[in-house]
Order: sequence, then C-alpha cells, then structure tokens
Amino acid sequence: MENSRRRFLKTAGFSILGVGAGSMLIGLAPGPSEAAGPAAETKPVFVDRPDAKHARRWGMVIDTRGLDARTCRKMEEACHSIHNVPDHIGKFGNKNHEIKWIWDTEFKHAFPGQEAEFLSDRLENAPVPVLCNHCDNPPCVRACPTRATFKREKDGIVLMDFHRCIGCRFCMAACPFGARSFNFRDPRPAIEDENPEFPTRMKGVVEKCNFCAERLAVGKMPACVEASGGALTFGDLNDPDSDIRKLLADEYAIRRKPNLGTFPSVFYIV
Amino acid sequence: MNDKNKIIAGLIIFFVVLLFPFWFNLIFGAADAATAPEPELTDKAKQAETCVAETDYMRTEHMQILDQWRDMVTRDGKRIYKAENGKEYEASLSNTCMDCHSNKEKFCDSCHNYTSVDPYCWDCHTYPEETE
Repeated sequence: MENSRRRFLKTAGFSILGVGAGSMLIGLAPGPSEAAGPAAETKPVFVDRPDAKHARRWGMVIDTRGLDARTCRKMEEACHSIHNVPDHIGKFGNKNHEIKWIWDTEFKHAFPGQEAEFLSDRLENAPVPVLCNHCDNPPCVRACPTRATFKREKDGIVLMDFHRCIGCRFCMAACPFGARSFNFRDPRPAIEDENPEFPTRMKGVVEKCNFCAERLAVGKMPACVEASGGALTFGDLNDPDSDIRKLLADEYAIRRKPNLGTFPSVFYIV
Repeated sequence: MNDKNKIIAGLIIFFVVLLFPFWFNLIFGAADAATAPEPELTDKAKQAETCVAETDYMRTEHMQILDQWRDMVTRDGKRIYKAENGKEYEASLSNTCMDCHSNKEKFCDSCHNYTSVDPYCWDCHTYPEETE
C-alpha cells in the first residue's frame, strides 16, 4: 500500500467530517437534563402578595407645621428599630460611625438655597425631618458601579441591594442630601433589639431609607408615617386622586435643593 | 541498555511517591475518615414532609433557589414564591427557610462544614438561636 500525501489528506478530511456530523446529531437530541427534572411540571413563579400596596411613583409630604421634636424622635425610633439601624453614638459614642435613615435638622440646613434672613420664629426653631428623597432622577443610581442601588421602575423607590454593594461610596459622594451612611464597622454590636424579620447589614456596605419597601409589600404604611400622627402623608404622586396629590393641590410645598434637578419625591409644607 | 534495573527501581519509587495520598488513605485514613453528614430535620420540617422542591433537588440546588429568591425580592419586590407543588411560600431566608429549619447548626452547618463552604448569609440575615 502506498502512503501518499493525497491519501493521508483524504482520510483526515473524512474523519473530521464524520466526527463533526456525529457531535451535531448528539447535540440535537434532547438532553436528559431538559426532559426530566423538577422544571418539567410547572415553572415556579413569583408574585406580589395580594395585600401589597402599589403605586407608579411613591411620594411623601411632610407638614412641618404639625411636627415637634418629640414626634420626630418617635419617627426616628420607629424607623431605626424596625430596620435594625445600629446606634453607634448611643453605644460607643462615636459620631463618625453614625448611621441614619431619617433624622431631623434645622430649616437653614435642610433648605440651604432658601432665603432664610428674618425667618419666622417657628421655622427658625422647628425640626425638619429629612430622609432619602427617592429622587425621580437619582444621582446615586448613576454613580453606582455595580447597580447595587437602583430605582425600581414599577414604583420609583430608590433601593439598595446590600448583596451587591462593594462599599465604594460613590453613591454617598453623589447624593446631594447626605441621605446615605456607611458601615465602617460591624453594625451588630450596636443594635439594641434586633428585629428578626429584617436583615442587618455587614461591615463595608452603604445603607439608607428604603421608603419601607418591605412594609409596602405586605400592605403597611411606612413606619415613620405611622408614627408621625398625621404630619406625614404618603401616597402615589402619579395618581391625581390620591391623598398626597390632593394635599399638594391645596398647599404650597417645597422640595430640597430643587435647582440640582434630581426631582425629589419628598415634599415639605413649611 | 545496561541501566534496566536502575530505571525500574526509579520508576517504582516514583509511582510510590506519586500515589502517596491514595495508599496512605487506604492504610491509615479509612478508620477515622469523616462520614458524610446527615442533616438533621426539626419536628416542624418532618411534619411538612416536603420543602419548596424535592429533597434531592433542594440538596443540590438550594443555593440557586436562594439566589433567585434574593433577586426577585430585593430587586423586583415580588415576595411570594409559587412552588411546583402548588403551595405558596414567602421568599425569605430568615422567615421561611429558618422557620422550619430552625436548627442551623445541625442542618445548614453540618454539610457546609463537611464540604468546607462558608456562605456569608449570616453576616446580615438572622437565624433562630438554638435552644436546648
């Protein structure tokens, strides 16, 4: 038998063709993993709870006329205890590690662009509760490199996915309202009574107010709204018949730093 | 080819050293080898009989299910999981999984320690304290 180059190339070519066609046929046959397995019956689905509250764009109106320091403290306590917010100041006296979701400040600090010369006595002394504004155009979301913070399209809440946060703090630099806090240390030792229904955070993630998304999902109003005794109104800004829109239609309300174009969803009646 | 004996002796030594983990384990390891752990079920878990999926599937795929739950709840806000067995569950590690499997040390940890995996769930999520 003569071993020529021609003969070798012919055999090699046919072998490659055969192997290629064979593997293609095997690939076309239905695999055992697709035919059997639990996915075969009915695919599991995720749904909302029937009692969940829905809106196109959640918003809040804060009526500072009906608020005093004691109510503000109550709101803060309700929020921070439900969400396992650590109290580094109370526990360790360390102001640098402070974490806050809702707190109160003075008028001149909440509204720095607002004319505050010869301010009325009431506004001069009144506490102004501030929290994440859940902006319609949130700069923190654009800054986040991992999409750990995102605006939920269905209801406009700006949320954190703590699983994804890498702690770079770009969002804190981007937020013009200082609404975000960073866990410089393990928060657990600074939590008085852990609420088992809500997770804590870990060292190295950023956290902020979530408009009580977990409470809205079970049909409850946000904790601060419940604790405010009527000074806070919560509702759908996109629904002209909602309580919040009726209130905004009646009263003159302002927002924090409107010139920045972030379109906050939290309004203030002052 | 005068080094036949040397070569063969060298090869034998080489393979003995190469296969050290195998023969060492055969001779000395069998006695105290760790047996595969059997995760312990609580009474509540035994009564429920079935988890959100078949036991075998849960054993191999529970991390995928948890990942899916995590994304749906945190990102889409959909909190009810309709399982294949038709039942509805609240998609929550701390409040649903750990409600039945409240014995973290004997259920989660027994396998995780054996396979040397260290999931960081518990950095944030809470679990019921073991009560004796």
